[in-house]
Amino acid sequence: MKLHHKLATGFGALAVSALTAMPAWAQEGPIKAPTAEQMATMVNKGDVSWMLVSSALVLMMSVPALALFYGGLVRTKNMLSVLMQVLAIVSVAALVWVGWGYSMAFTSGGDNHFFGGFSKAFLKGVDGTTMAATFSNNLYLPEYVFVIFQMTFACITPALIVGAFAERVKFWPLMLFTVLWLTIVYFPMAHMVWYWAGPDFLPDAPSDYGLIWGWGALDFAGGTVVHINAGIAGLAGCLVLGKRIGYKKEPMPPHSLTMTMIGASLLWIGWFGFNAGSNLEANGVTAVAFINTFVATAAAALAWALVEQLVHGKPSLLGAASGAVAGLVAITPAAGFAAPVTSIILGAFASAVCFFFVTTVKNKLGYDDTLDVFGIHCIGGIVGAIGTGIVADPALGGQGFFDYTVFPAAVGSYDMMAQVITQTKAVGLTLAFSGIVSAILFFAIDKTIGLRPTPEAEVEGLDISEHGERAYNY
Amino acid sequence: MKLVIAIIKPFKLDEVREALSGLGVQGMTVTEVKGFGRQKGQTEIYRGAEYSTNMVPKIKVEVATTDDLSGRVVEAIQQSANTGAIGDGKIFVLDVAQAVRIRTGETDDVAL
Repeated sequence: MKLHHKLATGFGALAVSALTAMPAWAQEGPIKAPTAEQMATMVNKGDVSWMLVSSALVLMMSVPALALFYGGLVRTKNMLSVLMQVLAIVSVAALVWVGWGYSMAFTSGGDNHFFGGFSKAFLKGVDGTTMAATFSNNLYLPEYVFVIFQMTFACITPALIVGAFAERVKFWPLMLFTVLWLTIVYFPMAHMVWYWAGPDFLPDAPSDYGLIWGWGALDFAGGTVVHINAGIAGLAGCLVLGKRIGYKKEPMPPHSLTMTMIGASLLWIGWFGFNAGSNLEANGVTAVAFINTFVATAAAALAWALVEQLVHGKPSLLGAASGAVAGLVAITPAAGFAAPVTSIILGAFASAVCFFFVTTVKNKLGYDDTLDVFGIHCIGGIVGAIGTGIVADPALGGQGFFDYTVFPAAVGSYDMMAQVITQTKAVGLTLAFSGIVSAILFFAIDKTIGLRPTPEAEVEGLDISEHGERAYNY
Repeated sequence: MKLVIAIIKPFKLDEVREALSGLGVQGMTVTEVKGFGRQKGQTEIYRGAEYSTNMVPKIKVEVATTDDLSGRVVEAIQQSANTGAIGDGKIFVLDVAQAVRIRTGETDDVAL
């Protein structure tokens, strides 16, 4: 049976796992294309535990972390609407993922490298005994574990988008957009970047992979699939919906930076599951991804605050929190490939670039990206995705990548320039595909059932006009 | 009787209160207020978006005094709340027609 999983082309801790995870009968070496019975003996309880913990951590990034981070940044009258949007999107995405998302993202598309098929729709054929590959030969995860882990990514990505047009979107049309966007944009993106046949099967099926994976692009935890994808969709959404009433004419300060701080901090903690969990195993590379996620974020938080000190004369909490998120975004594609020192540089650099976009570019161009989804997620994602090509180089202490076309997998020879070009291509395709299709989706929904509330409802606040409640009753 | 209303800088409240207690003033009403005069407001910056608020937080102190004492009350506030910088505030004196202590029903100077 064919098993699939996501990849950051790169890594498996082959050296470690091949020596330690082998059952006794396999001492002669790894088995090519193992049977289901053989796979069942190739599961490591440590990997399973770590992946389930990681999955819970990534869910925590959406609810409550993202909900609070975003919620604190809007005005009091819209707080509840943001909480509700995030909670509902997570719930919708979980069901859609089980329905057709997993199948579309992680089954073979045959000669089509854009999206998979529907053979596992509603998890048909998946049960407690089926397996999913990791990055190491002869090392497997129960398939449900992989389904669950990837489900949390499908849940958070559309929830990221809502920040771009917070305070001015109707609830049910947004839910419709979520279902359509996941189906037409997210699942194909996940397939293109993360789908491949797995290390025990690829040598016999050398073209069984998603388009961008086949190019050799490195995306450890979703710089393209999650952040650039959501960021450019957010920009499309805020352009289609237009500016908030009173934008630039009346003050719209965040209603609770305390909530924003709570949310940003929980995002950081949850992101260890996002990035270190993306190794699919619990080993040395998992620790690489973990420490990089730690230090890139720290550097980025301080970098933003320092830039603010230079530009505005004061370091702000919102700045430090925004910087932390920018750093987390940037290190996402590079997490398992970089070294701690290069991660620090990448995080700090991405933070400064995002600062420039959020404060200068947005004001110059005049678009109303309410919570800077484009300015932080898309821009930080682009810096991180292209930067991954640099920091993954073993010459800079990076992890390089594995060549999975041979059996057993072997270390590939690294060409930084070629890798940076490949990374840039992957970024370009993501921007074009997601940007155009998302814009069409927003436009179609806006012109049919309408995306934007009436001016009266918007001024009153979405909490009362859309949900009939207030976030706070003092 | 007079009602002395002073708008002062918040950090000066303790000094004003001590100065008035020294004069034998028995009570005062204190309110946190916002407003603007000649002092420029503050600027808040959120991710590069600047919001200028021309409302500055101040403290309003209200003291009811006898006619005899009111001059010294005004003087004490003027001296104790003074920093010499813009935004030190204002003092207004109003005539009071009547005062009543609720517990006893006493009126006017005795009620203060």
